[in-house]
Amino acid sequence: MPRPFTPKIITANDLLEGDVIYFTDTNSWSRELTEAELIEDEAEAQLRLLEAEKDALRVVGIYLTDAKSGDNGPEPTHFREDFRRTGPSNYRHGKQEAAANV
Amino acid sequence: MYKYNDFDTAFLAERNAQFRAQVERRIDGSLTEDEFKPLRLMNGLYLQLHAYMLRVAIPYGTLNSDQMRALALLAEKWDKGYGHFTTRQNIQYNWPKLRDVPDMLDALAEVGLHAIQTSGNTIRNVTSDHFAAAAKDELTDPRPYAELIRQWSTDHPEFQFLGRKFKIAITGSSTDRAVTRAHDIGLRMVERDGVPGFEVIVGGGLGRTPLIGKVIRDYLPQADLLPYLESVLAVYNLLGRRDNKYKARIKITVLENGIDTIREMVEERFEERRRAFDGTDQLLLEEIKAHFTPPKLRGGNVETYLAAYDADPVFRSWADTNLAAHRDDNHAIVTISIKAHGQTPGDATAAQMRAMADLAERFGYNELRISHEQNVILPHVHKSDLPALHAALKDHGLATANVGLISDIIACPGMDYCALATARSIPVAQEIASRFDELKLEHDVGHLQIKISGCINACGHHHVGHIGILGLDRAGVENYQITLGGDATETAAIGTRTGPGFAYDEIVPAVERLITAYLSLRDSAEETFLQTYRRVGMDPFKAALYPEAQKKVA
Ligand code: HEM
Ligand code: SF4
Repeated sequence: MPRPFTPKIITANDLLEGDVIYFTDTNSWSRELTEAELIEDEAEAQLRLLEAEKDALRVVGIYLTDAKSGDNGPEPTHFREDFRRTGPSNYRHGKQEAAANV
Repeated sequence: MYKYNDFDTAFLAERNAQFRAQVERRIDGSLTEDEFKPLRLMNGLYLQLHAYMLRVAIPYGTLNSDQMRALALLAEKWDKGYGHFTTRQNIQYNWPKLRDVPDMLDALAEVGLHAIQTSGNTIRNVTSDHFAAAAKDELTDPRPYAELIRQWSTDHPEFQFLGRKFKIAITGSSTDRAVTRAHDIGLRMVERDGVPGFEVIVGGGLGRTPLIGKVIRDYLPQADLLPYLESVLAVYNLLGRRDNKYKARIKITVLENGIDTIREMVEERFEERRRAFDGTDQLLLEEIKAHFTPPKLRGGNVETYLAAYDADPVFRSWADTNLAAHRDDNHAIVTISIKAHGQTPGDATAAQMRAMADLAERFGYNELRISHEQNVILPHVHKSDLPALHAALKDHGLATANVGLISDIIACPGMDYCALATARSIPVAQEIASRFDELKLEHDVGHLQIKISGCINACGHHHVGHIGILGLDRAGVENYQITLGGDATETAAIGTRTGPGFAYDEIVPAVERLITAYLSLRDSAEETFLQTYRRVGMDPFKAALYPEAQKKVA
């Protein structure tokens, strides 16, 4: 039996800023994981990755990674993506800094 | 200190201009990331977890005040106000923007600093004893040789595309403060018939296959240094495996072929290569040496020092832990701890960098060093200046008296910054330091090195920590493995694994149990953790770490 497909999001880093970004269902990039498109189908995931890679000149290191559905959109399933979504734990830098400025 | 000549300056200017054009072409889309990546890595620019990271070399760990101020400027103007000093005598900036990096490199070039060969499969920044030219036990200042190696290796056409990165460390003292046995090549100054030369060690390294280097030459005349290094690298370039990234380091070449075969091949090439050196390298060395004339140390008595030492327990505690013996009895080597309890090991703010630069100017003959232990050193301070220096350090949060103690932890950036990490290192280091500060046990425990890496690459030197901690990913959860008995000095040793790893919230209590066990096992307050471990072995520490397992056996 094939293994069940785990839902995915597409993530990368912004070319100019270097920060973590997510591919949305409107073919744009957002800094917020909650705005990422959660892809539930395996074949669809590959197609969406190809679509995202059209931006390879503005965006660096595009990849698919596991996520799950949460109350406010996708949530990480692994601690690495959790840290990428927030920023480092020693300073309130990265995404958490921006959030504090809102 | 080495000063760039016109050639060096022009070389850097040209190199930076080239990179500026490459960045522009990446931004306007004429270069793809695949084309651009090797170019940015050649200039020390990585892409990490949350942002870019720029790695700047601090050759053999030596800086003057202006250079330190330039590092502060970069932190303030183009980063988030701080920099991270590493175990390879580099500084890393964690938040630069792609567009700004050429400006950062230009600002560095103005003071003779750069990011060349801080990445890639080349000869990396040559590291050295951070007490060079100041230590009482030193035969010869190793830095002119390090500078010679740097000039020879920079853009050396034969060694730009090695199988893997290549690291050289050099020390001029019998006490090894440069971890020479954990480098691809380690050079240790030794004397034969009163003439200093080098003991050459090859094939050491940390990473996934930690190995202690082997002596390939017990005595190499100084004049033969470059042809001999060339021969070692040429043999490595020939035999080194390129089929498997993890087996590409020279340590594997030495392991697979045996040190005797490697030695034979090196000696054979050495015969040939030596002939190609016509002595210009020795002339260059003489020229370089002239830049390393030691400062003219001032005289004067040390009364103020002795008075403060007697009167002020805070000063005394700092003096006892953070000073080392200088070759001049009226001077001291000062280690400034950038490991305040609860802070990120190795981080300094722009204000702190400036303060250290000013203090080096006022009290330290304008010289600073960065140690592989991630601290900053003022190598020459007259003892009468120590009380004033200490007071000034206090004002900047730089007077922590913990050098060589349990909170003087080496920690790699781990999952908080590093794209290769499998777990975090920094918060573990912060919590251990804070915990032992609360317990007020640190000075009682005495000399103890804890070293932490966030993955098997071992940037945090955990294999050679008395207590080594390696962060791993166990089914999506952070897990920490402990090794004991590692040693980074002239008696180098790789630590031994204790057993199963610990979850994130179990690792600090586990370290605490190790320390409690040590305190009950040591035969006197003078016996260090490492000595106790060597005397009693692993078992009592294992019992302390895994009490449940003991119960099951019983
Ligand atoms: C965050 C960016 C970093 C990256 C991507 C990185 C990458 C690596 C890699 C891939 C290795 C393994 C090399 C091998 O065994 O072939 C390594 C080893 C090492 N790195 Fe890093 N590193 C980083 C930061 C640091 C820092 C901050 C330090 C110092 C605190 C450091 C010091 C070292 C040392 C000492 C070794 C092992 C020594 C050896 O066997 O050569 N690195 N690093
Ligand atoms: S040990 Fe691993 S996690 Fe730590 S800095 Fe090196 S590569 Fe990154």
